[in-house]
Amino acid sequence: MAVVSAPLSRVGGMVVAPPTIAEPAYRGLWSWFTTVDHKRIGILYGVSAGTFFVIGGLEALVIRLQLWIPGNTLVSAEMFNALFTMHATTMIFLAIMPLGAAFFNFILPLQIGARDVAFPRLNAFSYWAFILGGIMLNVSFLLGGAPDAGWFGYANLTTRQFSPGPGIDFWMLGLQILGVASIAAALNFFVTILNMRAPGMSLMRMPIFTWMSLITMVLLLLAFPSITVGLILLMFDRFFNTNFYSVPHGGDPILWQHLFWVFGHPEVYILILPGMGIVSEIIPVFSRKPLFGYAVMVYSGIAIGFLAFGVWAHHMFAVGLGAIADAVFASSTMLIAVPTGVKIFNWIGTMFKGSVNFKTPMLWAVGFISMFIIGGLSGIMHASPPADLIQHDTYFIVAHIHYVLIGGSIMALMAGIYYWFPKMSGRMLNETLGKWNFWTFVIFFNVTFMPMHWTGLLGMPRRVYTYGIELGVTELNQLSTIGAIGLGFSVLLFVINLFTSLRYGEIASDDPWDGATLEWSIPSPPPVYNFARIPTVLSRDAWWATKHPERMHLDPIEVTPLAGGPAHGAQLAHDVVATAAPDAAPPVIHMPSPSYWPLLAAVGLSMMATGLLAADSFGPVTIPIFAVAGLLLLIGSIYGWSFEAP
Amino acid sequence: MAHAPVVVDVAASPPLEALGAPPPPLVLEHPHTSTGLDSRKLLMWAFLASDCMFFGMLIATYMVYKNRSLDGPLPRETFDVPYTSVSAFVLLLSSLTMVLALAAIQHGHERRMRVWLSATALLGCVFLGGQFYEFTTFYKDGLTLSRNLFGSTFFTLTGFHGTHVFIGVFWLLSLVAQSVRGRLHQEHSLWVEIAGLYWHFVDIVWILIFTLVYLIPD
Repeated sequence: MAVVSAPLSRVGGMVVAPPTIAEPAYRGLWSWFTTVDHKRIGILYGVSAGTFFVIGGLEALVIRLQLWIPGNTLVSAEMFNALFTMHATTMIFLAIMPLGAAFFNFILPLQIGARDVAFPRLNAFSYWAFILGGIMLNVSFLLGGAPDAGWFGYANLTTRQFSPGPGIDFWMLGLQILGVASIAAALNFFVTILNMRAPGMSLMRMPIFTWMSLITMVLLLLAFPSITVGLILLMFDRFFNTNFYSVPHGGDPILWQHLFWVFGHPEVYILILPGMGIVSEIIPVFSRKPLFGYAVMVYSGIAIGFLAFGVWAHHMFAVGLGAIADAVFASSTMLIAVPTGVKIFNWIGTMFKGSVNFKTPMLWAVGFISMFIIGGLSGIMHASPPADLIQHDTYFIVAHIHYVLIGGSIMALMAGIYYWFPKMSGRMLNETLGKWNFWTFVIFFNVTFMPMHWTGLLGMPRRVYTYGIELGVTELNQLSTIGAIGLGFSVLLFVINLFTSLRYGEIASDDPWDGATLEWSIPSPPPVYNFARIPTVLSRDAWWATKHPERMHLDPIEVTPLAGGPAHGAQLAHDVVATAAPDAAPPVIHMPSPSYWPLLAAVGLSMMATGLLAADSFGPVTIPIFAVAGLLLLIGSIYGWSFEAP
Repeated sequence: MAHAPVVVDVAASPPLEALGAPPPPLVLEHPHTSTGLDSRKLLMWAFLASDCMFFGMLIATYMVYKNRSLDGPLPRETFDVPYTSVSAFVLLLSSLTMVLALAAIQHGHERRMRVWLSATALLGCVFLGGQFYEFTTFYKDGLTLSRNLFGSTFFTLTGFHGTHVFIGVFWLLSLVAQSVRGRLHQEHSLWVEIAGLYWHFVDIVWILIFTLVYLIPD
């Protein structure tokens, strides 16, 4: 650990004495393997998620090409099954979730005025477990066949009898490892948000993205154990001949559906809540107005999180759970439209009479609202069991989920990338390319998925590798395929924008959008220690309060002082300068040292799973060997990391 | 376990001071947290919430499959409730010794803490030994993991609980080893407290399992 002198850094827009940083030396490729810096881990998450997004997107393109004409033979039925399974699994677990994690990692500690997350090494462990789990899922294509039972892996399609190959094993074990990664990350960010806030940042002064992230963490913590149990039971069924999902022994496949959807529905909100948080950050900044109804936004987020655990059986209307169960779950599902609608009205209310500036982040945010409304409306349609029974397992549902996951989550995450890229990289993304990216994306997205509403209502079942010409959906399918190719083209524009801007983009100022939250008060990209001095927060939108106290007076509630006296920013900036006396000793900031233990622990965890995979080829003897070796590595790493210097 | 990064901003004199509020006390030993609760402790509470859901789902699975085995052996002809009552009592007793260990270190009695921690680990081992004996007996009676739904659900549920106890024993012994090496003093009592939180949780789960599985067999 080297003690170096940091460059001049700014707090509250004022130059303060450079702090002395006990800063780990960050150089070379190896430093990425041992890093515990939340910003670097955020970048690792972002790059990995982007790569998986491209892989998942290519799988979707093959699916669309196969459906170009009736009776197409581009891929076999088995390959088609594997493609839609891996497309969904990849997009949900390896693209959208980790892209959210990239923002949790990079932005969230900056928003709450922290120097890092609460547990930096646990954070690194989460990333390494995630990437190893992701690799495990994807190598299945090369090692004996990819999983092909759908991303929901319904029992008893997944039992040995009906899926003898190793594909389901890769899927099940990969998801288990991803689950461990998610729980570890959720624990970490839950504690970080609650415990690492800058002085004065009460819960109701937290930036709204931080709030939505907190709710997401609670959902992760409480929802993931359910799929963990479901997968453990599946693992026991496949390897140790238990009877959980085995009908001949009295087992009930519906048990899996419950365990899966008790996780699966909160998962939907795990995917969308960070996006809603991002959009709620962007719209006020580009409307030059504080967020309309901040408190109600928070409460509606909590309501969504709460209701998320009471709606899972709406995925199971077709099972025949009975009228009472269907009625209860239909009502709770429709109820979710209320807090969601509140959010949409509040975003519109924020823009209303604001000075709206349609820079790319704002375009994506407004695009998110419009597309998400369409997805939300079709969602309310199949919240009703009679309607759902007709739409169930048709392309209508495919249209719905893509409107909420692409039009919702992905577009919000894109907005977040355009918004925070200058903070992350120190350069602006190209506006012109960005606008091309946005308009091609929205147009081709609708060309792809809007026709699927009709394809579905005309009766085309989803997850079937082909269709008959007599169904009359050929043209609609061809429209969708053209749209999908256009969507791929739009993503290509984005990748070009990303890479060229990284190298040739306009140098970003510290605060290019005139932002409201604390991450814009520090240099772009932020120094290792983030804040030379931890800021004190006296109101909501703390950075705006410093720069534009007059704007904050729009709503007196939002500038309630913490403890007497004038609370607006001029005072804050004044205090910062006043307390940074020139003869005061420079602050010493101790940053956590890099560590390779998190990586080794994740490898140990994956090794334990590898034994089960190898058992398919080399017999059950590999299970204890790998289990013991992996466990020893895991335990050794946990000890190593517990006892190394902080 | 990860340590919270020690972030000490020596020159941080908060602007609050200028506003007339009394300056916050300068505490270097424990990093400041917004809730006042140590981050490691909060992490353990959050983990236990998650673990609640884990055991909740396992118990739910057991309850759903209760009385649905297609053939024997069935719970009624398998369980030896007096025997398991004794081992349940042993595990509950270990919560008491855990409390005594924490009280000891909070008062600075390191030797006494080692005794009570070792006693807790020993009681945990007795419970695990009892479970091992119980499992082998059931196995000899023909109840295996794959025999029927009862076997599958029973061994999975109690097996995962046993694994939790095993991890707990490992953890307690690690604390004893740290203390022997002179690295666990009064100011580190939080480490014992966190291990205690985990241990008590595992105990409480057993109360549930014992009641739902053994005492109400069908």
